[in-house]
Amino acid sequence: MQYQSQIVAKPYFIAAIGLFIGQILFGLILGLQYVVGDFLFPEIPFNVARMVHTNLLIVWLLFGFMGAAYYLIPEETETELYSPKLALGLFWIFLVAGALTVLGYLLVPYSGLAQMTGNDLLPTMGREFLEQPTITKIGIVVVALGFLFNIGMTLLKGRKTTVSLVLMLGLVGLAVMFLFSFYNPVNLVHDKFFWWWVVHLWVEGVWELIMASILAFVLIKVTGVDREVIEKWLYVIIAMALITGIIGTGHHYYWIGAPEYWQWWGSVFSALEPIPFFMMTVFAFNMVNRRRRNHPNKAAMLWALGTAVMAFLGAGVWGFLHTLAPVNYYTHGTQITAAHGHMAFYGAYVMIVLTMISYAMPMMRGRAAANSNKSQVLEMWSFWLMTVSMVFITLFLTAAGVLQVWLQRYSDAPQAFMVVQDKIALFYWMREAAGVVFLIGLVLYVLSFFVGSKEPEAVQS
Amino acid sequence: MSGTFTKSMARNIFYGGSVFFILVFLALTFDTVKALPKLDNRGELTPQVALGKKVWEDNNCIGCHTLLGEGAYFAPELGNVYTRRGPDFIRTWMQIQPTGAPGRRQMPQFNLNDEELDAIVAFLKYSSEINTANWPPNIEG
Ligand code: HEM
Ligand code: HEM
Ligand SMILES: [Fe+2]
Repeated sequence: MQYQSQIVAKPYFIAAIGLFIGQILFGLILGLQYVVGDFLFPEIPFNVARMVHTNLLIVWLLFGFMGAAYYLIPEETETELYSPKLALGLFWIFLVAGALTVLGYLLVPYSGLAQMTGNDLLPTMGREFLEQPTITKIGIVVVALGFLFNIGMTLLKGRKTTVSLVLMLGLVGLAVMFLFSFYNPVNLVHDKFFWWWVVHLWVEGVWELIMASILAFVLIKVTGVDREVIEKWLYVIIAMALITGIIGTGHHYYWIGAPEYWQWWGSVFSALEPIPFFMMTVFAFNMVNRRRRNHPNKAAMLWALGTAVMAFLGAGVWGFLHTLAPVNYYTHGTQITAAHGHMAFYGAYVMIVLTMISYAMPMMRGRAAANSNKSQVLEMWSFWLMTVSMVFITLFLTAAGVLQVWLQRYSDAPQAFMVVQDKIALFYWMREAAGVVFLIGLVLYVLSFFVGSKEPEAVQS
Repeated sequence: MSGTFTKSMARNIFYGGSVFFILVFLALTFDTVKALPKLDNRGELTPQVALGKKVWEDNNCIGCHTLLGEGAYFAPELGNVYTRRGPDFIRTWMQIQPTGAPGRRQMPQFNLNDEELDAIVAFLKYSSEINTANWPPNIEG
């Protein structure tokens, strides 16, 4: 660690991992409810477990992004963080607000939570991913503003590198697009149209800036390739991301009451969205091949290459699969969507956060550059278990989705939703089994922080 | 990437490209908002439909169902349930939940009063009449 204040990233990373575990446990509950419909009913209905699963995902990724920024910005700007105290204060506010919100989901019926938190005054609840009570949303904005102020001030007083500017731009974009979560008109078409300004313009817009800049940072560190080269790549990648991704939003406007020209705009531009993800893959492998040093942290290198590949598969390939309007007409809102959502989120955003944690955590825990071999070997096992099981989750859901489309949407004698769900239950069982393997991988991941701590650090080979 | 393509060229493509496509997107958005009155069935947006949307949101129906194909994939599409089942079925359905059938996916009892039941039916009727370019492909959603 080159700057003392980078250490504030540590609680953020620990919280991220803790919430990640919670997310996966609720994922397993959901997966079981798919096949054993009355599991935990009425204590935890499916919709409640789903909110916990998806909201924990978003919140822990936000913890991860913030932690990544607190670590990266001082090092890039070559100056201490503007206010480590503010960073710690916001950490606790965010953690407590997040915990209270999840407890609210679990302990109070949702309509009661809406009432208690004054949803009548400014109704924003009850929309997918944006289920948080309005006061929680306001809390998120306050934390985001404090966070942006803190790293913004750091950036102003220090060296301004491309990596840090792009990260800052992505984080500002994240906060700005979130403001659309407060816009909830009665007109359902308006509501849906602008809902995607949060969801799509996050994952296929500004978050790509965050991902690409973190990847660039880690690659500079572990490969020692010249910064000029890496930053040139970074600009080209994020240029392609926004050029394709902004109008690519149109792939969500085919069937929600918007004009039909979106079928053209959406199909053409979103079909190009895999390009930036493909470039990230080429970029990562290229830089590693041209490396000027062999960094002892092999696990971090593995995560960096892994995220580049898996983001391309999940977002690029699985996204392309259902993005053209004539295909999406049949696949819209099926298990195909769920398959893509899982691999894309995992490949791009889960893995980029784990890349940063893998790179930074050893230093924050007193190592010079890397963990012991023993710890790294376990971490790499967890990488493979989680990644391979996520591939299988995706494949099983894709199979379920293809059958669902066939039986319910495409055939001459379409069958009812619930009838079809029964017929494809086998694939849901296999998804659940793959989910258990994912959990085992995650447990090994956590263990990797506790084994081999007393052994000597891995050395450059 | 070759030496003639410099970092500042890459940066200019990023800023220029982004600004250009943001402007195109805003123009399309503007045009969409202008075209929507013909498509979004706003003639039916009564106070009752507004209440229905509120009931829909306050009970997190989207946490199990899709509405016009968006939401969760655990339970049937409801954008066209009004056409598939009709108002009486929907009212009764809401009142007899949960079925309690062992092993079957369960829907909670939301204890809606008559006004709320009428409102949710009105909201689902309004949703079913939005012009969705012929989606879903058939009545099963
Ligand atoms: C890392 C980037 C991405 C992430 C995290 C992601 C995630 C998701 C998620 C969670 C959904 C479901 C939203 C909902 O609940 O309604 C979704 C839908 C969709 N995504 Fe992505 N996505 C990414 C990139 C892409 C790309 C690059 C493409 C196209 C090439 C794409 C195409 C689609 C389409 C067409 C849908 C709508 C599916 C439907 O009609 O049901 N996505 N995405
Ligand atoms: C043990 C592993 C997991 C299981 C069994 C699981 C299961 C599920 C289930 C059943 C749903 C609800 C689908 C529906 O609406 O009907 C869901 C939604 C979702 N999960 Fe997972 N999940 C797991 C891991 C993950 C991971 C690791 C991620 C993130 C990388 C993730 C991200 C999501 C997202 C984004 C959604 C919403 C998808 C959409 O709207 O299309 N899940 N999950
Ligand atoms: Fe999208």
